[in-house]
Amino acid sequence: MDWPALWLSLKLAVCTTLLLLPLAVLLARPLAWSRFAGKGMVEALVALPLVLPPTVLGFYLLYAFGGNSWFGQAYSAITGRALVFSFDGLLAASLIFNLPFAVQPIQRGFDAIPRAAREAAWTCGLSSWRTLWRVELPLAWPGLLSAIVLTFAHTLGEFGVVLMVGGNISAETRTVAIAIYDRVQAFDEGGAANMSALLVAISFVAIGILHLLTRRIGRSDA
Amino acid sequence: MGKFLYLLLIAPFVAQSIVIGPARAAPAAAANVAAAADLQYALAEVVRAFAAGGEPPPRLSFGSSGAFAHQIVSGAPFELFLSADESYVAQVHRAGRAEDAGTAYATGRLALFIGRGSAIAADRDLADIGRAARDGRLKHLAIANPEHAPYGRAAREALQHVGIWPLVETKLVLGENAAQAAQFVASGNAQAGILPLSLARAPALADRGAFMTLPQSWHAPLRQRMVLLKGAGENARRFYLFLSQPEAGAILARHGFGPP
Repeated sequence: MDWPALWLSLKLAVCTTLLLLPLAVLLARPLAWSRFAGKGMVEALVALPLVLPPTVLGFYLLYAFGGNSWFGQAYSAITGRALVFSFDGLLAASLIFNLPFAVQPIQRGFDAIPRAAREAAWTCGLSSWRTLWRVELPLAWPGLLSAIVLTFAHTLGEFGVVLMVGGNISAETRTVAIAIYDRVQAFDEGGAANMSALLVAISFVAIGILHLLTRRIGRSDA
Repeated sequence: MGKFLYLLLIAPFVAQSIVIGPARAAPAAAANVAAAADLQYALAEVVRAFAAGGEPPPRLSFGSSGAFAHQIVSGAPFELFLSADESYVAQVHRAGRAEDAGTAYATGRLALFIGRGSAIAADRDLADIGRAARDGRLKHLAIANPEHAPYGRAAREALQHVGIWPLVETKLVLGENAAQAAQFVASGNAQAGILPLSLARAPALADRGAFMTLPQSWHAPLRQRMVLLKGAGENARRFYLFLSQPEAGAILARHGFGPP
């Protein structure tokens, strides 16, 4: 069992979820309620990672954001770190790749809130910010929960981008999915089997929690 | 919500199956050939010479020898396997997937490749690589994954031989195969790499940096071996024979391979 790899995958999943959640709320809210020019375009961009092969993002990360590009050089000048062969790069890729998994469920969650509920909040004199915290987010909770679980589970399974831009560095970019691949190629079926079983278990539990909670919340609302 | 969640859950699988696609059986006469990534340029030229004789050109797949050995043992529909060493051919043979023990077709050579713009000297004993790892000129050194790529293993042995392995160990980035390691250097993301000579001297890398051939005594010999797999067709058999002919040998030699 490659514990550093598992730890790295969990760290990546937690960081992705924490960073993406507020961003997704900010994006999903206008998408659910407002009409603005280019809304269809924004929705299409958000959905794009669902159909793009991870190799496309991997390619851009290597060449457009890599050490030889102006973007890569600017990034390392500011942060002192690189976007390729680093945890930062994996996190950046992960944020982009999970965008639809975070934004779409939250958008549906906001969609489901009756307009009357928000109007009632306004007539009570609540500010937009307080309405978000006291009324909207509690009502959109099932959507938020889906976003959290899906983002977390999906990040654990990330493989293509990591293989392309990770460089397989222990405790930095060798995630558990990559470690499993290496074990299989090295004919170490036992090691691969252990890690695979653990990933199946973690993913199953995550999806199970999601189902239980959404059903319970659905019932208490009714 | 339920339906939506279901859609979200299956979407990645649908997307991935479209991207990867199902493995297709070999139609017509062209053979499916699995070849070590160091053969990328040399073998394409051998295929052109082979096809010039009126044969259909075999379909080439490049990757790490270990990965291919594993796929072949698991039943991948390849007809000919060109490994970058002999141990993976033996493994495939032991698993009962090969027709015989195969033939040696070349000897692999290693080269140090230094990316353009990285101020590292290509000195005889790699001493400046060690210094550069310490003073920060070398941030990343690319090699193939020693766990399942023969050239990665040879690169590790060479670095250990000259005594700078402890200095560069934390700077290593591992390519899934030798070609990916080369690509890490070519894209400028790694400052240097220990690569197959056949890739380091390829035209695609020529304007991306400079290379230096490493002595063969620094690592266990890379005896590159090939083998026909069970169920190989006529095209595969003829290509296998062609690879042992002087014409193919001359092409391999031009790309930096030694005689078997």
